[in-house]
Amino acid sequence: MKNFSVYVSALLLGMFAGSALADATLLNASYDVARDVYKDFNPLFQKHWKAKTGENIEIKQSHGGSTKQVRAVADGLEADVVTMNQANDIEFLADKGLVTKDWTKKFPNNASPYTSAMVFIVRKGNPKGIKDWSDLIAPGTQIIIPHPKNTGNGRNTYLSAWAWALRQPGGNDAKAQEFLGKLLKNAPLFAAGGRDATTTFMQRRMGDVLITFESEAEMIAKEFGKGEFEVVYPSLTMQTEFPVALVEKVVDKKGTRTQATAYLEYLWSKEGQENAAQNYLRPRDAETLKKYSSFFPPVKTFTVDEVFGGANKAFAAHFKDGGSFDQIYQSK
Amino acid sequence: MLPGFGLALGYTLVYLSLLILLPLGGLILKASELGFSQIIDIALGERSLAAFRVTFGASFLAAAVNAFFGLIVAWILVRYPFPGKRFVDALVDLPFALPTAVAGITLATLYAGNGWLGRFIEPLGIKVAYTPLGIVVALTFITLPFVVRTLQPVIEDIETEVEEAAASLGASRWQTFARVIFPAIFPALLTGFALAFARAIGEYGSVIFIAGNLPLISEIVPLLIISKLEQYDVLGATALAVVMLALSFILLLAVNLLQWWTANRHKNDEPLEVAAGKASGATT
Repeated sequence: MKNFSVYVSALLLGMFAGSALADATLLNASYDVARDVYKDFNPLFQKHWKAKTGENIEIKQSHGGSTKQVRAVADGLEADVVTMNQANDIEFLADKGLVTKDWTKKFPNNASPYTSAMVFIVRKGNPKGIKDWSDLIAPGTQIIIPHPKNTGNGRNTYLSAWAWALRQPGGNDAKAQEFLGKLLKNAPLFAAGGRDATTTFMQRRMGDVLITFESEAEMIAKEFGKGEFEVVYPSLTMQTEFPVALVEKVVDKKGTRTQATAYLEYLWSKEGQENAAQNYLRPRDAETLKKYSSFFPPVKTFTVDEVFGGANKAFAAHFKDGGSFDQIYQSK
Repeated sequence: MLPGFGLALGYTLVYLSLLILLPLGGLILKASELGFSQIIDIALGERSLAAFRVTFGASFLAAAVNAFFGLIVAWILVRYPFPGKRFVDALVDLPFALPTAVAGITLATLYAGNGWLGRFIEPLGIKVAYTPLGIVVALTFITLPFVVRTLQPVIEDIETEVEEAAASLGASRWQTFARVIFPAIFPALLTGFALAFARAIGEYGSVIFIAGNLPLISEIVPLLIISKLEQYDVLGATALAVVMLALSFILLLAVNLLQWWTANRHKNDEPLEVAAGKASGATT
């Protein structure tokens, strides 16, 4: 259904692009919950670009599940830039030759202008006293997470727990897998997606802890009220990246390389970083991070590259068919 | 008969080819990149097998539930005038129009432990949301119109005089139903059942929100297909799809044969009026 709407919006874009007054039009294919970030960012860039070059630039947004978006781009959705929440989705485009192989080096910080962290959301007063990953395997504690194999959010949770178990005294892969087995036993369900997990936890009141992005916690506060829950930062968690890349084939064809590059670079500007922080995404710029330090308590994080040797390797070892996730369910 | 058979047949063939055969052909062509044994390996994995069981089992149950209650709904809607009948009639089509994801989220909220229904049935030990039972509930909701809408015109065709004739000839109410009415609507009931069943097998949107999606317990085949696509494993997804298609085709074919057989038997039998006489004859 989402794929379909992507095509329809692409079709509509194609129909109206000619009639637009803009000097250039960019299409940004983005992940599902990025709406707010880019809704605020696009006008900032338009203003900046107008002041700098006098050009009117129009920016279209296309949102959908990260993997679906990438497949749409591979199938011909003419996006100038992709702004995703998983590196392996952009790797897929690199394999297809739409994005350059060394895309992570084209922009600073591994081509990820802002980050987030996986955190625990617990009920008000933290009745089960949940402090760290080890508390989640206690009998009778229920965790709410999206499907670890099918959703980025679920995969991040899985890898965070794995990395934590690995870093415990005497930790190794076998012990980590055992820990994950116990952890997943405490999941009464796997939600269809990140927002579905949130609804299940907050509205349907299922489970004792929801594991999600730090940025999602603020969405929950807006929706359900701040006093309804508490955020718990585990002793180690994943720093999630939001990689961006230029779709080489499209910008060459449309002649929008300059504008598209400037658009992505602007994410690292003061304005871009401020905007990320205001949307509760951790800015890369140290000064901005300090300014918004009340949003972002210090937390010990790891990156997928450090622990798993890259997004593709992590995916292959854990989420491909026959990977560690499948093994957990086969040993039963 | 109106002329133009050639043109109409040509149009039919082109239309069906473009709409159905072309995509199906593409699917099978893609799957043929894998060997037959590989396709079987993928389909016979522990998780795939469990998913096939859940999908076909839940679809069968949902279609069966609708065959029973859908028949009652259709009967009431055709035979009895009552206030708000048009409203109820329109209600039946709602599952057609509602986006399936909305249906799934609504049902999950309704049947969750603190939902309007869930709070009453969970203390009784009946868990619906996030269990295989939830899948059956979602599929029953989605497929209701198929049975009702298939049966309605057929029931309309049975004149009430037939019932009167059976009664006047001494048939009991049960005999009238079992030997006069039911044989007449049974082929349509099978069609409705088959449509509902086929629709349920392919359903994804509503199920994933209420199923719980636990491996080996409440994963459906379409979810595994999406899971393969998430891995950019198009071939694996295609293999599962082809196996699902083949199984559905065999089952639908069986239902069609059964339907053809019952319809034929009925045709060779006797008109309804005679059946009415016979039904009563049995008692006299």
